[in-house]
Amino acid sequence: MSGGSGPGASGPDGSGPGGGGGDLEAQFAQWRSYVQRRRVLSAGDVEELEDHLRGSVDELVGAGLREDEAFLVAVKRMGSLDELSREFAREHSERLWKQLVLTGDGDAPAGSGKRRELLVLVACAAGAALSVKAPELFGMDYGQDGEFYAPNASLFAFPWLAGFLAWRRHAGKTMIGVLVALFALGAVAANVFPLAEDSQSIVLTSIHLPIALWFAVGLAYVSDDVRSPRRRMDFVRFTGEWFVYYVLIGLGGGVLIAFVVGTFTAIGTSPETFVAHWLAPCGAAAAVVVAGWLVEAKQSVVENIAPVLTRLFTPLFTAVLLGFLVTLVVTTSGIDVEREALILFDLLLVVVLALLLYTISARDPLAPAGVFDKLQLALVVSALLIDAVVLWEITGRITEYGTTPNKAAALGENVILLANLAWSAWLVLGLVRRKVPFAALERWQTNYLPVYAVWAWLVVLLFPPVFGFM
Amino acid sequence: MKVAKDLVAASATPMVLGILAEADSYGYAILRRINELSGGELDWTEGLLYPLLHRLERLGYVESSWQAVAGERRRKYYRVTESGLAELAEQRRQWETVVGALKEIWRGDAQPFAVVPV
Repeated sequence: MSGGSGPGASGPDGSGPGGGGGDLEAQFAQWRSYVQRRRVLSAGDVEELEDHLRGSVDELVGAGLREDEAFLVAVKRMGSLDELSREFAREHSERLWKQLVLTGDGDAPAGSGKRRELLVLVACAAGAALSVKAPELFGMDYGQDGEFYAPNASLFAFPWLAGFLAWRRHAGKTMIGVLVALFALGAVAANVFPLAEDSQSIVLTSIHLPIALWFAVGLAYVSDDVRSPRRRMDFVRFTGEWFVYYVLIGLGGGVLIAFVVGTFTAIGTSPETFVAHWLAPCGAAAAVVVAGWLVEAKQSVVENIAPVLTRLFTPLFTAVLLGFLVTLVVTTSGIDVEREALILFDLLLVVVLALLLYTISARDPLAPAGVFDKLQLALVVSALLIDAVVLWEITGRITEYGTTPNKAAALGENVILLANLAWSAWLVLGLVRRKVPFAALERWQTNYLPVYAVWAWLVVLLFPPVFGFM
Repeated sequence: MKVAKDLVAASATPMVLGILAEADSYGYAILRRINELSGGELDWTEGLLYPLLHRLERLGYVESSWQAVAGERRRKYYRVTESGLAELAEQRRQWETVVGALKEIWRGDAQPFAVVPV
């Protein structure tokens, strides 16, 4: 073994020249906390790598570098942590899921933390599941009281998910107070207004309250750093992946239900009531929390799936939008402004915006503009045109026939989307022409997020009284 | 001269086992030893070494233990096992075959290669 050329004189820590030992230790601490976030690396791995880094720093200091220089060079030599984690992941692929779920690996002191997290998760998921059944204690019936369950649906599971996230982030007292207040406000909005089962407002509330409350979940998600644009972007990514996981769990749940029904029916017992009143609703609520936990748990281990999906669907949606525009021009027929058509177009624009957001959240901020950005520009511009057409039609209908809650909501949403898409198109154009940095686009989108939240709350809180509970 | 990636990967296991057969060692020292043995031509990354060490441990060729030597940090030391030595012997036979064959070839037409590079 060598060691002769190493700095034999330098002790374990901080005995180098310059007296900046405390500084160096702080840098090591920072490095450690950064590395520990990578779930493929167990505590033992991190300690081993830190020892390596220290060896490297000692040697460089021995060769005459200042401590801070030595640290920088040593870290740089160690290569990109992404690559390192990838190699570890390849070697320890079994760890990925095992670490996520049950056993903390023996030598890791973090094991107990993971077990605690699992307990909190189970508690939150159970809470969500039971919340669905709680109204039955007060005589509600899942099958019959649709006007209660529809607007309240998001109130069963989202608070638990927000609670889980806030717990993970060690949210402060103020933040917890704000979250409780928001969910209480949501509960008030869903239940105080005298809305008939077939009123437009109850449909609007049922659509907008989940959106409003999802932003409350977002607040819990970013509660460790509310102002950071990066954290908001993380939340956008979280939303996309949560959705993917939720759908996957839903598919699995469907298979489970099929087997429950099939096997029990085969032995002459009918499980329909159990499935319809317990398994499906409780499972759906619990899955909201579990999907959120899965996204959190696998963070930075596996390649994210949402960006891959956007790559797949951005070209397809662009083609559909362009095709639609061409057809619209060729046939010179207007858009039929029925309620369903309005909702459809709003949804389409939301999907486009979601595609845009995910692509942004997944994009390497430093990469130069490429073909995909041009494609993105085509998508945004065609969405913008469609939005303009729809807006034109809605305003025409409103001036002609007066307004309804539906039309007003659609109008507001279209204006909000138009503003976002217009400025996004401008920024993407600048990006393609290499005049605007990517960060500008990112900042624009993250700063715009609260606008959606405010609008959703407005619809939920103000529309019913303004439109006379219509 | 830079040694090709494939060659580095192929020779990594016998090299680490060989170094550990000399004496127990830890990651950083192993890396330095490889650098020294190759006159600086073999520049391994941490992303190559540590996962390899962990794989060898999983395969039972090496054992690891955390040790605190007086006056130094706590370190994870690796020790070659019996089956690691057997594997080393096996790999050595294979490498000798390869190296021997190459030497034969290069002896045949020594002109392009003035120096036999082994």
